[in-house]
Amino acid sequence: MQIELKLTAPANADYSARDLGYLLHKHPDHLHRRDVAAGEVLIFYPDVSEDRATALIHLDVDPVGLVRGKNQQTDGLLAQYVNDRPYAVSSFLAVSMTRALGQTVAGKSKERQDLADRDLPYEARIVPVSLSGDAEMVKELFEPLGYEVELTELDAESRIVDLTVKGTTRLSALLNHLYVLIPVMDNAKHYWVDKEEIDKLIAKGEGWLAEHPARKLITQRALKHRRALMNMALARLDETLVSDDDDEDAGPEPEEPLEKPIRLHELRLDTVVQTLKDHGAASILDLGCGEGKLLRRLIKDRSFRKMVGVDASVRTLERAHRNLRLDEASEAITDRISLQMGSLTYGDRRWHGFDAATLVEVIEHVEPHRLSALALSLFGDARPNVVVLTTPNREYNALFEGMEEGQMRHPDHRFEWTRAEFQEWSDAVAAEYGYQVTRSPLGPEDEALGGPSQMAVFVKGGAQ
Amino acid sequence: MTQISIPDFSLVVLIGATGSGKSSFARKHFLETEIVSSDHCRALVSDDETDQAATGDAFDLLNYTAGIRLKRRLLTVIDATSVKREDRAKLVTLARKFHALPVALVLDIDPEICHERNQGRENRSFSQHVPRNHAKALRRGLRGLQKEGLRQVHVMKSPEEVDALEIAREPLWTDRRSEHGPFDIIGDIHGCFEELTDLLSGLGYEIEPFEEGAEDLIHARPPDGRMAFFVGDITDRGPRNLDCLRLVMGMVEAGTAHCVIGNHDFKLNKWLKGRNVQLNHGLDLTVAELEKTSEEFRKRLSTFIWDLRSHFWMADGKLVVAHAGLKEEMHGRGSGAVRTFAMFGETTGEVDQFGLPVRLEWAREYRGKADVVYGHTPMAEAEWLNNTLCIDTGCVFGGKLTALRWPERETVSVPARRQYAEPAKPLDHDSGMSAQQDHDRLLYFDDYATKMRIETRFKSTIQVPEENSLAALEVMSRFAVDPRWLIYLPPTMAACPTAPEGPFLEHPDQAIQHFVERGITDLVAEEKHIGSRALLVVAKDAEAAAARFGVEDGKAGVIYTRTGRPFFKSEPDEAEIVARVGQAMDRSGLWTVLGTDWVLLDAEIMPWSAKAQDLLQRQYRPTAAAAAASASALLASLNRTTRIDGLEDLKSKAEAQLQNAMAMGKTIEGYCWDTADLSDYQVAPFHILAAEGQVFTDRSHVWHMETLEKLSEAEPMLKTTGWKVFDGANAEDRRQVVEWWSQHTAAGGEGMVIKPNAFLVRGDRGIIQPAMKVRGRDYLRIIYGPDYDMPQNIERLRQRGLGRKFSLAEREFKLGFEGLHRFVEAQPLSKVHMCALAVLALESEPVDPRL
Repeated sequence: MQIELKLTAPANADYSARDLGYLLHKHPDHLHRRDVAAGEVLIFYPDVSEDRATALIHLDVDPVGLVRGKNQQTDGLLAQYVNDRPYAVSSFLAVSMTRALGQTVAGKSKERQDLADRDLPYEARIVPVSLSGDAEMVKELFEPLGYEVELTELDAESRIVDLTVKGTTRLSALLNHLYVLIPVMDNAKHYWVDKEEIDKLIAKGEGWLAEHPARKLITQRALKHRRALMNMALARLDETLVSDDDDEDAGPEPEEPLEKPIRLHELRLDTVVQTLKDHGAASILDLGCGEGKLLRRLIKDRSFRKMVGVDASVRTLERAHRNLRLDEASEAITDRISLQMGSLTYGDRRWHGFDAATLVEVIEHVEPHRLSALALSLFGDARPNVVVLTTPNREYNALFEGMEEGQMRHPDHRFEWTRAEFQEWSDAVAAEYGYQVTRSPLGPEDEALGGPSQMAVFVKGGAQ
Repeated sequence: MTQISIPDFSLVVLIGATGSGKSSFARKHFLETEIVSSDHCRALVSDDETDQAATGDAFDLLNYTAGIRLKRRLLTVIDATSVKREDRAKLVTLARKFHALPVALVLDIDPEICHERNQGRENRSFSQHVPRNHAKALRRGLRGLQKEGLRQVHVMKSPEEVDALEIAREPLWTDRRSEHGPFDIIGDIHGCFEELTDLLSGLGYEIEPFEEGAEDLIHARPPDGRMAFFVGDITDRGPRNLDCLRLVMGMVEAGTAHCVIGNHDFKLNKWLKGRNVQLNHGLDLTVAELEKTSEEFRKRLSTFIWDLRSHFWMADGKLVVAHAGLKEEMHGRGSGAVRTFAMFGETTGEVDQFGLPVRLEWAREYRGKADVVYGHTPMAEAEWLNNTLCIDTGCVFGGKLTALRWPERETVSVPARRQYAEPAKPLDHDSGMSAQQDHDRLLYFDDYATKMRIETRFKSTIQVPEENSLAALEVMSRFAVDPRWLIYLPPTMAACPTAPEGPFLEHPDQAIQHFVERGITDLVAEEKHIGSRALLVVAKDAEAAAARFGVEDGKAGVIYTRTGRPFFKSEPDEAEIVARVGQAMDRSGLWTVLGTDWVLLDAEIMPWSAKAQDLLQRQYRPTAAAAAASASALLASLNRTTRIDGLEDLKSKAEAQLQNAMAMGKTIEGYCWDTADLSDYQVAPFHILAAEGQVFTDRSHVWHMETLEKLSEAEPMLKTTGWKVFDGANAEDRRQVVEWWSQHTAAGGEGMVIKPNAFLVRGDRGIIQPAMKVRGRDYLRIIYGPDYDMPQNIERLRQRGLGRKFSLAEREFKLGFEGLHRFVEAQPLSKVHMCALAVLALESEPVDPRL
């Protein structure tokens, strides 16, 4: 991975391109080698003349050391698989560059301070860049700073590119822009990002980041998507007050932005709670409890004496545990509520004897070929008195903006039912297991397409 | 000297005043760990064994400790005064809860002696009235001990008697673990004498001549070494009750049969003893016959029934026989509850629409290892369910009389000659599924959401930590195919020991050496395809699949990945490949040759790009492109630089890096092609893992390869695998294998797998690695990065540790093999699933994924 820095001097300029050597504090006639944490930095000048000088900064990463090192940030074991990190321009190079060219980055030059302080015509060729985004994004990053962008794709999926930015600027400004923007293009950092990273970002972004139109994207990626850090950084850029909120939030569910204008999820939960109350249910099994939004409502109502949240994901349950603040909850609360890992495609003896079970936007996450197991487990084995089940109405998707034909509201949805399909399934299940079912739309109803979501309430008994 | 004997599983309650010598008595007769002492418990909870304020907590601990020991079926001695009735009542309740026999050993010692002893001990400065009050309380309760539920009571009235006592331990009557059979276990007879003799004769018993309707006992000589076993309900409803009794009594007395008590036998004895019983449910017929017999015969019969046990726990705990079945926690134990359960089963107290008691289905919940064989509930067929078998096939209702040959686990039946009685409700309906399959439609999460311990037939138990089980359950429930199809997950494969020097990280020499060092020279080398691992379950047709796998999806087979996910997104694609493989099985005659209508194949499906699209796009291709771009940019810059000396080293390194990156890119592209339709796929099977009744790990790899070649000839989509069998000790053979590997990998092949030809070889310490991969020099660029073989890199990579991977490969292989055997033995799905789940769980162990 490398950056080629080129300085040109037009005819009759009052400086020589050779002065690049003074600006970089590296003599143009020598090969400069320097060991850094990630490997070795090479700096040399492929060409030097009065009107044109190019300095090459190449980082040769030690690929074996990268995996074997102890202090690396890994994404689990997969990071041990082969990847482009040793070769693509990344935070490794950004950091190594500031080590090898510390004076220059700080805007200092012993011999040519006047040139260091001046805007001069520079070019930086960065190769290869592993793009997380498209050419447009690169332009959005560099053009507001006054650079021209040239981009050549080097592989079929156009992820690996050869990028050149040209502009008239101070050298230190160019290097700071690159320091901040390289990891943004690449959307990764090789080290753990903490609060100090904000200080670095603010310092390197001084004078340009606050006004940059893409500053949100820049901050978000520079701080590795840590929302709390990002908010703090944005707040500091605005020079407004800082608020410390919960870290590492999972972010909104993918369907939420779609459904947000109608506050559908709130409405859904309210309806479910009311339905449970109408049936006098006191013990509730919340199957697929997610992060505990329904449980959080149920706990507020004393008529729900016992509730158990079940989810298939340990990590989701940990978040629910945090959201419900179960660690610091009183015994009066922990006696009523508990969380357990479970799965709708298995039976579970711990589910016997509940008044009601809820499946709020859950069934569509189960593979269609496993629905018979779900029905057997829930209606045949657990057999609560009441089952309240909600699921999206696929017909309504036509009314959501920006949804493509056949697209689903959430990438993990295995299917979405029309009203007729939902009716067919729920009638069949009710008949097989001796329940009576009533269905109703959820959310503002469209005359032709129905509600955005649909609900079925199964009551044990009746038609046997 | 007085000798008493107590059951080796009992709750021994010592009763005696303070100072009566209980503790030294206990230490003399019992292990220290068998004694739970109130003083000790008091010390544990309060640091002071005389702190009376801690007594409540101390007894909680005592009860808890004793309860756990009893749950584990360990004899337990309670060393506390226990002079009060209410204290003893708690202990009796505890013993009943765990079906242990409560025994009282009473030290009724003069309170003066007790006081004297207390004076001589530290911390026992009680006043004299304490032992005196104890003694008073003790004597008040002495007479009622039996009534309180203490089944055996022995009183010692002086220190001399205490000293003179000897205690022997005997197994419980139901504990017959030392008897191994083989047995012929016969279902409810109910007076069907002709069918009984038909059945016995069919089983090879010789019935000695007898006179019909007489009183002398009838004998039958069993075939060599075998023994008959009757599950009770000898009489009632049928035509020849007396003769049945004569035969069963005759064989039991002669030691050629065992019999456990059934509810009908129990009721008959009530009548024999002159109690008031209703003569219904066919008892009237038996009584009519017995009324003609002598007083002496009826007395003999009564004694016989009285001596019948609730159940037998046999064959090292592998077999339990009880009339109405028995839960695991009751095996080999004794209590009123055990006897009631064994005779009547577990009922809810309700009755159903036919007026019969509603039974709790203990067998559905049963997860024990012992086979439980029982009768009591007439069924149309005798079918295994979770290692339990009801062999009452309703002979007296016109069904059949069934015997189970054990340990062979074969059933033998004779039809009823006619219907002798009308059943209260029709025998169970036939749903088209076996009882086990019907039960296996649903597996229970809580059976697995815990630390799993799986006993394999390699005499090793494999443990899976709870967190790994949970991770596997999450993956299974979100992505996997129906567990009824998922009978097996393949093990990971060990990488060969690292080459010690030269340009190779992996080389066939080390793999061959690994096996030769362990004495295995009959080896095969097989070409390793690069595609994606796939397991193909293929049945002859959808009906055959439904019959064997109990599935309801109408499929004739499935194809799934090494983590149990459907291989194809499109079900029609899957169905088409399943159909083609099925037809190939047909055309090649393999259905007949293997004597099966389903088969499990282990295969690789090509191209790689069909399944690994995401990895290719996200990781492999960008890496190759970035590495090439980086090296060529540097090289271009170096070539432009003429003024600086000493760049040659850098140039040649950059040139090598560029070469490596290109080689990596070329290797990747060789494994990828577009799959516009199904004919672009290739399926390369390399193991025939299992078919009906067989797991083929006992066949050589040569057999697998040759058989699969026949299969491949019958279907163009099937691709053969190159292979060579060779002698690992022969230098020329080795040279040829290395030569083949070199050519194959130089031409872009992934590499080779070297295996013992015998498939499964047991070594001194566990099994020998069943396979070892030797990957090609260029293929490894995809794994270790394009420049892995540059000298400064490869020397460090040689330090890779293989121990964990070897251990993982061995454990996963054992689990896979165990699961397959369980499936072909038609064990409950819950036991098969556990093995597949465990393989997936072990995969979440941290092991270098590059190996």
